[in-house]
Amino acid sequence: MKLITAIIKPFRLDDVRNALGEVGVSGMTVTEVKGFGRQRGHTELYRGAEYVVDFLPKSKIEIAVSDDIAEQAVEAIVASARTGKVGDGKIFVTSIEQTVRIRTGDTGDSAL
Amino acid sequence: MFRTLVRAVLPLLLFAGTASADTLDTGDTAWMLTSTVLVLFMTLPGLALFYGGLVRTKNVLSVLMQCFAIACMVSLLWMIAGYTIAFGPDGSTFMGGFGKFMLNGVGLDSLSGTYPETVFVMFQMTFAIITPALIIGGFAERMRFSAMMVFSALWLLIVYAPVTYWVWGGGWLAERGFMDFAGGGVVHINAGVAALVAALYLGKRKGFPTTPMPPHNLTMTVTGACMLWVGWFGFNAGSALASGGAAGMAMLVTHIGAAGGSLAWMTMEWTRFGKPSVLGIVTGMVAGLGTITPASGFVGPTGALIIGLSAGFVCFWATQMVKRVFEIDDSLDVFPVHGVGGFLGLVMTAFLANRLGGLGFLNENIESSGSQLVEQLIGASAIAVWCAVVSWVLFKLIDLVIGLRVNEDDETEGLDLTQHDERGYNN
Repeated sequence: MKLITAIIKPFRLDDVRNALGEVGVSGMTVTEVKGFGRQRGHTELYRGAEYVVDFLPKSKIEIAVSDDIAEQAVEAIVASARTGKVGDGKIFVTSIEQTVRIRTGDTGDSAL
Repeated sequence: MFRTLVRAVLPLLLFAGTASADTLDTGDTAWMLTSTVLVLFMTLPGLALFYGGLVRTKNVLSVLMQCFAIACMVSLLWMIAGYTIAFGPDGSTFMGGFGKFMLNGVGLDSLSGTYPETVFVMFQMTFAIITPALIIGGFAERMRFSAMMVFSALWLLIVYAPVTYWVWGGGWLAERGFMDFAGGGVVHINAGVAALVAALYLGKRKGFPTTPMPPHNLTMTVTGACMLWVGWFGFNAGSALASGGAAGMAMLVTHIGAAGGSLAWMTMEWTRFGKPSVLGIVTGMVAGLGTITPASGFVGPTGALIIGLSAGFVCFWATQMVKRVFEIDDSLDVFPVHGVGGFLGLVMTAFLANRLGGLGFLNENIESSGSQLVEQLIGASAIAVWCAVVSWVLFKLIDLVIGLRVNEDDETEGLDLTQHDERGYNN
């Protein structure tokens, strides 16, 4: 089982959700985060006081998938989240040790 | 002040067909009641929202609390002693007599000119409320609530009430012919100077000026600003103390001052920084209104236009100077907007009261702009000096006895939690 964490531009969220649905991923957790990599921030001005805002708003998507569809899921995210401009984001794939469905107690792949 | 004012506007009053100065006029009374409501509205919630939106999320409640608590406390202090110090009969050169302590003698039928004295007490009370509330901007985000309450109470009685007497209660500035129609000196210089002293005494907020401290909710600020504009008609047109031509002209020039100040500041930002901002346009509005305030009963529409535009320009520069050049953390820019604006308005009154549709000078002994300017400068300086000295002494004393500024950890966590055990937003 793999945990796929994707940091993307927020306005791409719907496209990514739909693309993941098409490869069979129907559940996900989304968090609003802020961060930066190579994308520069911007300046804001309040009564002449200038602030450089480094952090940019991003969306973080976490999905837990079985090993056999992990690669397709990553490709789906890349295709739907990419704009070609700096700041598109990153994807991290990590291994999951255990998964449990709380309602039924199912474990492993059947809990995904 | 109102006696000389009545003398000046009597022709207009007679033209409007009102009665003599000894009997109750229901028109005047209705307008004064309304003006009182409008000016209280300027503090609650106008100024509270304006300031509240400018501070960081963790301090929003502290601002609202300070405005509200000051309103309540000043109301009672005004009733007990403030009114008599400011307007008491048989006063000296510097303060009123104590004949109206606890509003003694102010009854159902007592009159102040053509309307009930109770209404005059209330109207003046709303000015007494907003002036210490304005000072909050100078020490925002770092002042202990208890110290703020003690300071505001003492400042009201030792600075505000006596200065009111000097200018409007028949004191020495009124006798000299000092012209301050609605409070350029009494309210704006007073509040601005006290805020500056507070900022200098307390020192900068932790992280100022390098840490970004943008307003947490400009929608709140703009909402408050709009309320201030509307309420200001009570502030200036109500200072005509009558319903008629004088009030009408005061309303008109106030409005032009607001519009002029707004556009001037917006233009300054647009040309210097590249974009017009909503914070800039509403700050320009406040600058325009503060600057027209002392002149609002004396100038004509063209004079008001000049005043409004000048206010936006001058106060813009003053704000840059205080915050960016001198790096004084007058957090909400009270001194450059109200202090400088009030002073500018008082000076311009000397030149615009007798020109461009102005109503002329009040004191027959004053013949020229030059001699009126001298009186304006004397008054402005006297108010500024008295305010600065007393404010400094009060801060020092209160600091020694109970401590003025919150400790560093509390300042970081925010006043809402540390002073009030509350969060502004629980989501």
